[in-house]
Order: sequence, then structure tokens, then C-alpha cells
Amino acid sequence: MNLSFLILLPFVTAIAILFCNGLKQVRTVALIGTAAQFLLSIDLLFVYWKERTTGNNSPFLFDFNYTWFAPLNIHYHIGVDGISVAMILLTAFVVIAGVLVSWTQESMNKEFFFLLLFLSVGAYGYFISLDIFTLFFFLEVAVIPKFLLIGIWGSGKKEYSAMKLALMLMAGSGLVFVGLAGLYYGTNFNGERTFDLLQISQMHINILFQKIFFPFAFIGFGIFTALFPFHTWVPDGHSSAPTAASMFLAGISMKLGGYGCLRVATYLMPEGAHYYAWVIILLSTIAIIYGAFATMMQKDLKYINAYSSFSHCGFVLLGIGMLTQTSINGAVLQMVSHGLMTALFFAAIGMIYSRTHTRMVEQLGGLLKVIPFISTVFVIAGLCSLGLPGFSGFVAEMTVFMGAWQNPDQWYRLATILACASIVVTAVYILRAAGKTVMGPITDHHYNNLSDATWNEKLAAGILIIGIVAIGIAPFWLNQLITPGTEHIMEHVGKAITLK
Amino acid sequence: MNNYLYIAFIPLLPLASFLVLGLFGRKYFKTFSGTVGTASLLASTILSLYTAYHYFFIDGKVNGVFQQIIAFKYTWLQFSPNISIDMGIILDPISVMMLVVVTFVSLMVHVFSLGYMKGEERFATYYAFLSLFTFSMLGLVLSSNIFQIYMFWELVGVSSFLLIGYYFEKPSAVAAAKKAFIVTRFADLGFLIGILILAFYSGTLDFGVLINKLTSIQSPEYLNITAASFLGASMLTWGLTLVFIGGAGKSAMFPLHIWLPDAMEGPTPVSALIHAATMVVAGVYLVARLFPVFSIDVTALQIVTYVGAFSALLAAIIACTQTDIKRVLAYSTMSQIGYMMFALGVSKYGGENGLGYMASMFHLFTHAFFKSLLFLGAGAVIHLVHSNEMKDMGGLRKLMPITHITFLIACLAIAGIPPFAGFFSKEEILLAAFNSNKLIYGIAVFTSGLTAFYMFRLYYNIFWSKEADIHEIHHGEGTFSMKLPLLILGALALTSGFVPIASLVTSDGAVLETHIDFGFSALPVLLAVAGILLATYLYKRENSKPQTIANSLGSLYKAAYKKFYIDEVYLFITKKIIFNLIGRPAAWIDKNIVDGFMNLLANTTAKISELIKGLQSGKVQNYALYFFGGIIGLAALFIYLWK
Repeated sequence: MNLSFLILLPFVTAIAILFCNGLKQVRTVALIGTAAQFLLSIDLLFVYWKERTTGNNSPFLFDFNYTWFAPLNIHYHIGVDGISVAMILLTAFVVIAGVLVSWTQESMNKEFFFLLLFLSVGAYGYFISLDIFTLFFFLEVAVIPKFLLIGIWGSGKKEYSAMKLALMLMAGSGLVFVGLAGLYYGTNFNGERTFDLLQISQMHINILFQKIFFPFAFIGFGIFTALFPFHTWVPDGHSSAPTAASMFLAGISMKLGGYGCLRVATYLMPEGAHYYAWVIILLSTIAIIYGAFATMMQKDLKYINAYSSFSHCGFVLLGIGMLTQTSINGAVLQMVSHGLMTALFFAAIGMIYSRTHTRMVEQLGGLLKVIPFISTVFVIAGLCSLGLPGFSGFVAEMTVFMGAWQNPDQWYRLATILACASIVVTAVYILRAAGKTVMGPITDHHYNNLSDATWNEKLAAGILIIGIVAIGIAPFWLNQLITPGTEHIMEHVGKAITLK
Repeated sequence: MNNYLYIAFIPLLPLASFLVLGLFGRKYFKTFSGTVGTASLLASTILSLYTAYHYFFIDGKVNGVFQQIIAFKYTWLQFSPNISIDMGIILDPISVMMLVVVTFVSLMVHVFSLGYMKGEERFATYYAFLSLFTFSMLGLVLSSNIFQIYMFWELVGVSSFLLIGYYFEKPSAVAAAKKAFIVTRFADLGFLIGILILAFYSGTLDFGVLINKLTSIQSPEYLNITAASFLGASMLTWGLTLVFIGGAGKSAMFPLHIWLPDAMEGPTPVSALIHAATMVVAGVYLVARLFPVFSIDVTALQIVTYVGAFSALLAAIIACTQTDIKRVLAYSTMSQIGYMMFALGVSKYGGENGLGYMASMFHLFTHAFFKSLLFLGAGAVIHLVHSNEMKDMGGLRKLMPITHITFLIACLAIAGIPPFAGFFSKEEILLAAFNSNKLIYGIAVFTSGLTAFYMFRLYYNIFWSKEADIHEIHHGEGTFSMKLPLLILGALALTSGFVPIASLVTSDGAVLETHIDFGFSALPVLLAVAGILLATYLYKRENSKPQTIANSLGSLYKAAYKKFYIDEVYLFITKKIIFNLIGRPAAWIDKNIVDGFMNLLANTTAKISELIKGLQSGKVQNYALYFFGGIIGLAALFIYLWK
């Protein structure tokens, strides 16, 4: 399979949108493009499976290498392992759902859909890159459109939020770049410096280099995935963004960070990861528990979900910090699970907002009676968020807990217990929001005339729910998909740590 | 060995019914939904009875001992090479007994609801939730893996949330549902950490292997878990106690019982199912499931004993003062589950010493029938008078003869009057307590007197007391579908004490010889009779005596009526401490300090750039000035350095 299609297809779709006239043409083209991409991703899953079952054991499949910029030895090197396939599937699910919920986007629709598609180019490219410079390039591609999406189509204090998000993510990218440059100058592959992920992984980077540059790379990527205390772009950014952008931001963009922390920082600098593990665990535990408590006090539905994303992404970083095979599996599962779930949550909030014109919990009430479908979707997203078995959140969180507990350090155990305690706080804030919003008496008589979800909204919710439930009731396929990838990373980490 | 795979259909049929009714019920089935749900559960019940017959009488026993059979196992999620969550089906005496209890009571509730919930707008949803609950409960019972039981445990929690909050437009129902879920979730946190501890030391999540490893004194796993200690207790004690906290949450043991009385906001048949026979005994079942491990840890078992006994007593005292008939029943449930808990606590593993275990399971079995009967009877009464309060009732015996007689049978059964079902199981519990701990025995006997008193207080207030106000009541006793379950359960409340549980469900699977010692039974039965007589004296006719007694007890009565202010304590902790001292500061710090710092950083940058941007004015004169100024400065510097 030629992986370049994964980048090409959304790119061509984005260009095609520029030649369309009127909302109907724009959205039809966007839907066709994303649907094709959706099918392509599912095809990738099966092709990947087939390749694995026929005994291809190389860590990355379908790789393709082309020298892009010879003087600095930068390559357009792409390839996938199970982790990337999982992330690509996640992206495909979220993007098509995002297009479907923006179906009636009237103002500047052409630009809106163009940016949405362009963002997905960045995400796909990022997940298949095996050259860390190319990876960085795609990371940047995925930042700028967000600024515009929030600044132009956002709500509330959108200029402030857009600027804040862009600045903080840019700062993150800056740190990432320092980290990557450090890696580059630390390499010596047959007398040549290299950006190639596989080549770097095969050599031993000087420990001092790792200790210096690991924090840059990890914090840089960490900012994308709401590492405490650099998470403050999350609440403002998410709540000002239009629905589809919120879905994209929380569903995919935050995962770019987690993926980078794992794929670049931890994989290439295992000793650095081991050395700084306690910091990662400390910060992620704070994020989980403090984020959960902060969520409890929020009054705006979007803020509730944004803060809860901050708390949930803590599990990704906790899983990485614990550095056990199971906990890293859990981190990847949590990325996929949280991506789908939070997209669904934002979609439901968007649907409620577009009808009631408010997102304040206090003003809403009794929606289950008037818009049962949307309310049910809202409740399902909530239940997934609080980790109900049968949905993906449970699988991911339990894997993180189980893996974290395998790390025998006493203090890490304490961190695990604190992280576990967040499931109670999560239940409190989810039930508080659901109990007030969809249950209880109807608070405003205008709500009696609301209309329930349209076909496109139903389809968007349906796609995301299928993803959530497919992981929730049959997690073994995803677990088997990602395990060789995480094992490869852990093998590397284990080797480096024992070497010391 | 028989092929037991068909057992998978017992939980899967309700699941199918949930999916069908949940997705299509509102549109396509409507009033027919009840029939769909009931039919699928009838099939499940028949399969369960068949399983029980097969297990107990054909191939469960090898050499006179009941075996544990793993009917099915599939690796669901592999954590690490040894540790995985498997979806399995376990068959042993307790799981088979629970299968019968759960499907049977659930079937009765399904049938009863056909009449009780008739005309409800969300009739299909109601049956969908009922099916979901039954599925989760059956999955819990059949679990062969400790994480599997945890999963179904959570599903049971959420389906109970949905059912308690069925009347979601009532804020009180929503509050009750939330409370039930959050309190049990808090308890589940203990369960989860307990699982993590047990799994780490035993290296497995499988019940069979886990019990095997932790009970063989020589195994490295056992030595490790007992050698490791934290705050003076071994990790085994910690693990088991934490698991028990989970059980105590679901089984409404003190101090985690506060959700149960409020949960009565749900439709009454739901209470009969969840809060009488199934979900609330899950904690007892969990302890019984891990009993071999509990039995080697004295500390953990003592915690179980004292928590159980205290809950039994506390709930019985509160039950004497409540005026909402469902709340009386709720506290009575808590009290009876306390009995089951301490019966397990005073028991040991195997042989004669396993009497308490057997007694606990026996009581679980008989209690399921008479308590669900009481709830369904209360449901029929509420259906008629449209109120839960005792003051709106009275003299109903002529209006609803079937409800009256069956309710009376159930009251006699729970009071422990021979030959009704409760007598037999309670006697075994008292005997087990007597043999091991006299204090517990004292509490148990006293509580059984209280039980008789408050049950008959309830009975007289509903069916005697004053004359019924006929004008207020518009319809009769209810449909046939409501009477039938009452009659069947009434028959079981009479006869289920004769089921030879002692030879079927014991701690080690071997037959246990038991006999009723009439000399021993005399005291508790006399106390129960005394309780009934006292209730008759006070409540048969409406009079002022109860009020006088309540007044003379003063603050003691008030404290019991107010449920000893435990709710207020919780409210204080959650509202004042968690919300105000943790939540609010966390949100404030995030907004003002963490984010404030980021904003400060940005603003400072902006200010600095504001300051220096004047330098780039675009005016040539200024640039020339800087240029020459710079040259002069540099020249001065060079001259100075040169010297």
C-alpha cells in the first residue's frame, strides 16, 4: 500500500473545495473526500493485518524513503506500525464526523472546509512520518489552520483564545525543534548526521545529550497534549472554537502531542525518559486529579469537556511515564479512546448549543424529553468519559492503571491510587452535567419546540459511537494491533536502561 | 462433562432484548415491549432452572463434592503475558443458585410491571433498562475473572442509575440516582485498588488461580503478599478489605448505605428487583466468591463481621421510625444483608465450621423471595393509594385481599416465625454466630426482635389501623399480571425454607449436616413473637400510644427518625469540604495563577515590544541619530580600551 495517498487524498480534496461554488458543492466534495479517506484508513487496517499475519515482522510496514533535502540529510520517509494505524483510524473517524456536523456551516463555508481538510493533511502526515524533520513539518501544518478556525469562526473571546492557542502551541513546537535539533547533532550514523527515526533508534545517543534534550522534546510535545502547567490553552481554545474545530482539536490535535512524546521523546531518548520519569508522573498525576476537580466547578458545557480532556490526557502521559509495557499500551488506547469520546462529546454539545443557544449548565434542563436522540448521545459520551465498561474509556483507563501498578516504586503506586481516585470525581462532574442538562424539568418553554438531530448529525454521532463501542466491547483487536509497536518501543527502553 | 455453552444465552437473551427495545422499542413495539422483555426473560429463567437441575443433580458433583466448572472462557484483554481479563462463565453452587434467584425474581418483576407500568409514556425504555440490568447482574454472577466481575459491577451500577432515575423529570429522582451512582462508585474505587493489589501479588486475575495461589500457605505468592505490609496490616488484608469496601458499597453497608433509602425514588418494581434480591446482595456474593481467601485472613473477616452486624442493628433501629413504607423496606433490606455479611464473617472454610457461609447463602436465597414480595406488595399498595406515606394508608385488607395475605406471609417470613422461609435461614445464621462470637449473637437476636416489630408496624399501618377511605380509591387491586407474581412469591416465602441448601451450597462443596435445635430456636422466636405482639398492641388500631412513646424517647427517637444524621455528615463533607475546599480553589488557581502566569508572560512580552517598537519609527533622522550615536559610543569605547 502506498501511504502517500493518505496525505494526497485530503490535500486534493482541500484543493478541490477551493474550486467549488456554494455550500452544497463544498460540503458534498468534502464529504466524498473524507468518506474516501475513511474507507482508505479501514482498508489500511486490513492490509496491515494481512501483512502481519503473513509473518512480516519488521517494525514499520509499507515504508517509502525519498531524499527530500540532501544537504541536511532530510528524508521524506514514511511507514506505519500498529500505533500509527490506530491513530490514522482515529483521525479518519473524527474528520468525517467533523465534516458531518458542519453540514450547515453557512459563513465562509469554502474556507472553513478547506482549513478543516488541510488540518487533516497535517495529522495524517504526522502519523506516518518516520523522519523526525518531516514529522515536525507536518506538526506545523496542523497548527496554523487552528488559529484561523478559532479566530474567524469561533465564539466568545475568540481572538484571545486563538492567539493564546497559537502562541502556546508555537512555543511547544519551538521546544520540540530544539529537542529534535539536539537529537540530530547527537547522531552519528556511518559518519553522517540523520533525522531518520529508525536510524537514530539503532544508535546510542550520549546520555548527557538525552538528559539535556529529552525535556525539550517531551515538554514541547507535552504542551500539545495539555501537560500541566502548560494546559491553559485547552479550556479557552476548545470553548471558543466552532464545533468541528473543537472536535479536531481535542480529538486529534492533543493526540499529536501524546504520539510525539511516545514516538520521538521516549523511543529515541529512553534513558532521558527513565531519568525524568518521576517528573512526568508527578505532572500527569497533578493533571489528572487537579483537572478533575477543576472540571467539577465549571459551568459551561464546553469548559467541562475541555477540562475533562485535560484530566483524561493526563492518563496518556501517566502511562508513558510509568514505562511498563502495559502502561504504554494503556497510553495508546487512551489516546484513541479519548479522541473518539471527546469528539463525540463536543459534537453533542454543539448540537445542543445550536438549538438552545446556550451552553450554561444552569440554563439547560430536561432536554431528554424534547431532543431524545441528542440527549442520549450526550449521555453516552458522558458515560464513556466516566469509564463505563462497554465503552472505550474503561478499557483504556484500566490498562493504564494495571500497567502503572506494575511499576514497583512505592511513590508511583501512590500516584496510581490518586489517578484511580479521579474516576470518582469524573463520575461527579459527568452526572452533575448530565443530571442538570438532559434530565430534570424543562427550564425554558422554548425548548418544547426544539427539533431532534438531523440525518447528518445522527450519522456523525453514529460513526463515533461505533468506534467507541467497537473498542469497548472487543478491545482485543486494538490491543493486538498496537502491542507489537509498543513492544518494540519497550524493548528499546528496556535495553537502554539495563545498559546503563 | 456436559456442554454448558448454552448458559451464555442466559445473560445474552436479556442483552438482546435491551438492544432491540432500546433501539426500536419506542417506534415499533410500544406497548408490546413488555411482552418482548418478559418473553426473553422467561426463556432465560427456564434455561437457568435447567442449568441448576443439571448442575445440582446430574453432573456438578464428583465424589460427593460440588466442582467448579469453567463453562467458557475467552481472553478479552491481555494486559501482560500472565494477566488478562477473560470473559468466562463459572459454575459452582453459589453462581448457579444466584442464576436461579436473579432470573426468577427478575421474571416476577417483569410480569408485575406489565400491570404496574401500563400506560407509561416510556414503557419500552423501562423494559429496555430492566433487561440491561438483568443482563449485567447475570454477567456479574457468572464472572470467572475478578476484573470481569468488576466490569459487570459497574454496568449494574449504571443500569441501576438509569432505573432509579427513570422518572427523570423529577429532580428528587435525578438526585437519588446520582447519589446511588456516586456513592457506589466511591466504594468501587476501593474495589479497583483491591484488585490491583491482589492481581499484582498473585500475578493473575482469574478467580480460580488467584484463590489457589493465595490460599496455599507455601506458595511464593502467599508469602509475598503476607510479608508485604503497609501501616501495620499485610497487603492481603489491605487487598481484601478494599475489595470488601466495594462490596459494602453495593450492599449498602454502614457507612456506605446512604444511597439505598433515596434509591426508592425509582418505580417500585425496580426496587423489588434491584434493592431486594439482586444488586444489593452483590457485595455478599463477592465476599462469598473470594471466601477461601477471606477465610485465611482473620482481620479482613472481622471487618466483614462487625460492619455487617452494626449495619443490621443500625438499620433495624432506623426502620422502626420511618413513615415512608418503601424506606422501611429499604432499611429492612440493609438490616437483612447485614445478617448475610456477618454470617460470612463468623464462618470458616470447609466442613462443620462452614455453617455461617451456608447460612448466609441460605438467607440470601430465602430473603430474595420474601423481600421482593414485600416490595411488590408495597408497589400494589402504592399503585392503589398513590402515596408512599403510612398516613395515607390503613384498612386496606378488605380492598386488596391477595396483597394482604401475601404481605402477611412475607412479614412472618422475615420475622422468622416457623415454618416460614426466613425462620430456617435465620436460625442457621444465629447458630453460626452463637458458635463463634457471643457479642454478634446478642446483636443478631436483638435485631431479629426489632425486625418483627418494625415489619408488623408496617403491616398494621397499611392494612389495619384506621378504616380505608373508599371514596378516594378508584380502582381495584390491580391486574392479573400484578397478582400472579404476588401469589407465586407468596408460595415461595412459605416453602423456600425447605429447600435443602445445606446439601447444595456450602463453602467447600461438600454436604453439610444441619438440624433445627428447638431449644436454641426458642429465644429468637419468642423475641419475634414479642415484637409482633408489641406492634399489634401499638398499631392495630389508630391511637396515640406510638406518639406518646416517641415523645418520651425524645432526642433518641428524633435521631433515629433523622437516620442518625449520617446524610448530613456526608453533605457537609461533599459540599463544604470537597466542593469548597478542593474544587473551588482548584478552579480558581487554574484561572488566576497558572493561566494568570501565562497571561503575564504574554503581557510582559507585549509590553516590552511596545517599549522597543518606538525604535523602529521609520524616520531617517532617527536612524541617522542612532547610527552616529552608535559610532560615537563605539569610538569612545575603543579609545577607552586602547589606553
